[in-house]
Amino acid sequence: MPQIFSKKANYLARGSIVMTGVVFVLIVLISHNVTAYTHDLGVAFQQPAPFSHKHHVKELGIDCRYCHQSVEKGPFAGLPPTETCYTCHSQIWTNSPLLKVVRDSYTTNTPIEWNRVNNLPDFVYFDHSVHVAKGVSCYTCHGQVDQMNLLYKENAFEMIWCLRCHRNPEAQVRPKSEIFNPNYDYSQHETLGKQLVEQYGIKKEQLTNCWICHR
Amino acid sequence: MSEMNGKYPEDMGLRDAPMIEGEHDYGTVTDKIGSIVLDRPSPRQWYIWGGIAGICLGSFLVSFCWLIYKGVGVWGINNPCGWGFDIINFVWWIGIGHAGTLISAILLLMRQRWRTSINRLAETMTLFAVCCAGLFPLLHTGRPWVAYWLVPYPNALAIWPQFRSPLVWDVFAVTTYLTVSALFWYVGLVPDLATLRDKAKHKLAKIGMGIMAMGWRGSAAHWHRYEAAYLALAGLSTPLVLSVHSIVSLDFAVSIVPGWHTTIFPPYFVAGAVFAGFAMVLLLVIPIRKWYGVADFVTMRHMDWMAKIMLATGLVVFYGYLMEMYYAWYSGNQFEIALASNRLSGDYKFWYYALIFCNGLAPQVLWSKRVRHSLTGLFVVSLIVSIGMWLERFVIIPVSLSHDFMPSAWGGYTPTIAFGDVMFFLGTFGIFLGGMVAFVRILPMIPMSEIKHLLHLEKHESHPAAQAETVA
Repeated sequence: MPQIFSKKANYLARGSIVMTGVVFVLIVLISHNVTAYTHDLGVAFQQPAPFSHKHHVKELGIDCRYCHQSVEKGPFAGLPPTETCYTCHSQIWTNSPLLKVVRDSYTTNTPIEWNRVNNLPDFVYFDHSVHVAKGVSCYTCHGQVDQMNLLYKENAFEMIWCLRCHRNPEAQVRPKSEIFNPNYDYSQHETLGKQLVEQYGIKKEQLTNCWICHR
Repeated sequence: MSEMNGKYPEDMGLRDAPMIEGEHDYGTVTDKIGSIVLDRPSPRQWYIWGGIAGICLGSFLVSFCWLIYKGVGVWGINNPCGWGFDIINFVWWIGIGHAGTLISAILLLMRQRWRTSINRLAETMTLFAVCCAGLFPLLHTGRPWVAYWLVPYPNALAIWPQFRSPLVWDVFAVTTYLTVSALFWYVGLVPDLATLRDKAKHKLAKIGMGIMAMGWRGSAAHWHRYEAAYLALAGLSTPLVLSVHSIVSLDFAVSIVPGWHTTIFPPYFVAGAVFAGFAMVLLLVIPIRKWYGVADFVTMRHMDWMAKIMLATGLVVFYGYLMEMYYAWYSGNQFEIALASNRLSGDYKFWYYALIFCNGLAPQVLWSKRVRHSLTGLFVVSLIVSIGMWLERFVIIPVSLSHDFMPSAWGGYTPTIAFGDVMFFLGTFGIFLGGMVAFVRILPMIPMSEIKHLLHLEKHESHPAAQAETVA
């Protein structure tokens, strides 16, 4: 009776065992490193005008709240109306081709359609004001915006990432005066963090309840 | 089937009857069983049951798609009965699987030779029954596409399943059960697959069987490793017979719902599972042995053994029913007493009495040798028991939920029929029957290698080696 399989079939059989292990390791490696890719972290977003946070925040020293006015009062930080741009750009760079979109928006009275960079799923309840009120800095979630010429996502906003702070707020909360400081120094934070959590009245045991974010 | 009746005269004990009837040698065993796969004789009944399975599968597809499209609202589950057909059917199907594991594992460890001719069929039944069972809780979650959340793995949510919940224990119990059963079934198949590979004429069959046989040549080393692996898997499966349904019962017993919160649940559920499982094995074996003419291997002696196990486990289950009533009275707890009286005289009392008849009274006819030796009798009793075991879960699940602590929360349970509960339940029969129908045609339904071993022992019973085997 002739053989159905050649001798090489043995290698296939043994190889399949090895391959199962290889595939498993690959899946683990890929799933550990795929977050940045699937969430487009570090990729500059296309915007109607090439607005530079680096220039406005770092080089000119404009406070976040100058444009994002409702960040202390409401759930959304707020995008500035074109009039806010015009507080300066009615005087400077008035003829710059980079600002044509802004001028058009102002003259035609239609808002500029910026593309959203950071987006949370609808099943997450998020309120900017409470975070700012309890000492969470803009830079904690949005990254070093003062270093970004064109804005990109620094963090993926996955639940595991939110929970790092919700489980251990001491490591992140800042004094009221430092919330909008891009260069805050965390090196002296050991004892301060605990004090601040107490001072702000943050109830740690509530912070990881499901309904805190999923209402 | 009546021509089989009275094959053994009343005065002839089955103890002396051979476990393999007819004149068989190793060659005829292979020919008889192997040819079912290789030559594919297809009795008319095969087409009939294939057609029935096809219709059921169609109803499965339709009700499945409708369920996915609309959500679990298409089932009759709602307050106060959040668990209905879905959980009843889950428990029913998973219980049926237990006979397969008991036959293949516990009876192997106990050196019960009669397991040999029915273990493959029973194990296959287990696999398909567990598949049917698993579907229900997965779909019951309402979002089966995120069912992987049930598995503890490092994830982007940074949360784990609730390990204190018996529903999570269920996930581990059932997946372990499916894995070990599938492995056990496959390992047992390997020598037979090799036989078929060597016998097959068609090239595709040769290659397919060859790949699945994993290079089995029947050398002493192969047999040595095979026996060790098979025994080890039997050892692994044995606790599963007890653990899986115990954990399923904890889904209920861990809660505080009256009628669920009793310590008797685990043993009573395990006995019920084996009871239902043997009933299903008989329902499958009785027609199959006739249609495929394998009555030489699955003899009346096997039927008798299975009937006796059914009788024994049935008595345990009946004891469980009596104890439930006794506990309710003895507890003095008004809610337990109210539930017990609701079972006896409430809206669903008909089903409770039907359950007592099906599982408590009807199996008592198995005390009679005449019934145990009548295929028709066994078939009818098995059918009644299968229905009874389904009713048991009905009485336990929605009936308890419909009538718990607060009268203001009392309600009823009505399953949906078209595109809903009933159609989906019917659909899982499509998976089960379709699986069995395909199985008898493409894999040997009786383990040839083990039958040959048994044949050797039967023929050379006086041989010292055979005696040593029996003692060990």
